[in-house]
Amino acid sequence: MNFVPYAVAAWLFIVGLYAIVTSRDLIQIIVCLGVMQSSTYLIILSVGYRTGASAPIFVQSEAPPGTPAVDPVGHALVLTDIVVGATVMALLLALAIQVHKRRGTLDPHKLRPMHD
Amino acid sequence: MSALGRTIMIWISAVGIAILLARGISGLPGFGNYPGPYGDMINHLAPYERQVTNAVSAVNFDYRALDTLGEEFMLFAAVSGLVLLLRGKRGEAISAPPLAERDRPPKPRSAAVHWMSFGFAGALILFGFYMVLHGHLTPGGGFQGGAILGTATLLVYLATDYSVYRKSLPKTADEFIESAGAAIYVLVGLAALLQGGAFLQNVLSLGQRGQFFSGGAIPVINFAVGLEVAGGFALLFAEFLEETREEKPGEKKG
Repeated sequence: MNFVPYAVAAWLFIVGLYAIVTSRDLIQIIVCLGVMQSSTYLIILSVGYRTGASAPIFVQSEAPPGTPAVDPVGHALVLTDIVVGATVMALLLALAIQVHKRRGTLDPHKLRPMHD
Repeated sequence: MSALGRTIMIWISAVGIAILLARGISGLPGFGNYPGPYGDMINHLAPYERQVTNAVSAVNFDYRALDTLGEEFMLFAAVSGLVLLLRGKRGEAISAPPLAERDRPPKPRSAAVHWMSFGFAGALILFGFYMVLHGHLTPGGGFQGGAILGTATLLVYLATDYSVYRKSLPKTADEFIESAGAAIYVLVGLAALLQGGAFLQNVLSLGQRGQFFSGGAIPVINFAVGLEVAGGFALLFAEFLEETREEKPGEKKG
């Protein structure tokens, strides 16, 4: 069962990439970018996982310092990126709104450069 | 590029990605066998060196505080870009009517939505502040708490209506809170320089682990991040809600 988290991460990455390549809708592309991003979170958290270890929170009465714990660096990376990624996704959605306002379509194939 | 050329290119890159993905994953340590040593060192040192119980916060707001400052400004830049993209007069007036969908006239809110949102908004704001202020002790911190606080502003919109929402949470207030958060973070870093330390070095008194006032600058930076994330989220929700209002007569397209 050791490979399952990595397999899920690879699956999320491939599914997201496939959808981005074949999609005909900018909103769908942005959401799929989010799916691909979550595959990176899964990889980082899986690499830092240790079987049977606790979360890296050390309360004296329950898990005194020195208790085996999972990697806190991965957690720090992922938690900041989830929040920052949400705002970056909002920025992309704002771009999609502007594209729709100007061209009346969200299909990337109907968008041609320098064509007004 | 033609559709055929595009397909060929995708398949060539797909083969490359597949090879890299397989190689990368086969080189990873087995699941459940974290090899260390960096995370283990943090886990062993942070509780004593920084007097915090949450090692993740120690990484974010102390050991790698400079990286988090960079992440902070990524967030700041993303929100600024969004405000720039969605600028315009639409929705600026607090009495702006909602955009009428073709065959779906806007309905008034039901009493259930109104009262539920009212009840939850207060509880959520309280929970958000708890999250922000206890980041160095329990799971949580400025990023998580700030996201909760920012989302609570949407409940204000659900509980009342657009005009009350705009009046009680003006965008200038969101902007001020966001910028204040970013500024406090940098000022904490500069204050360490004045004390003779390095930028963002933790020079405040560390206190006793497990106490509310512990960890030196970590709770302060946590609070700053909480302010910035809350203000940023509130601002971007306000910008998106403006887009649901009717176009102003004579508004320039795009």
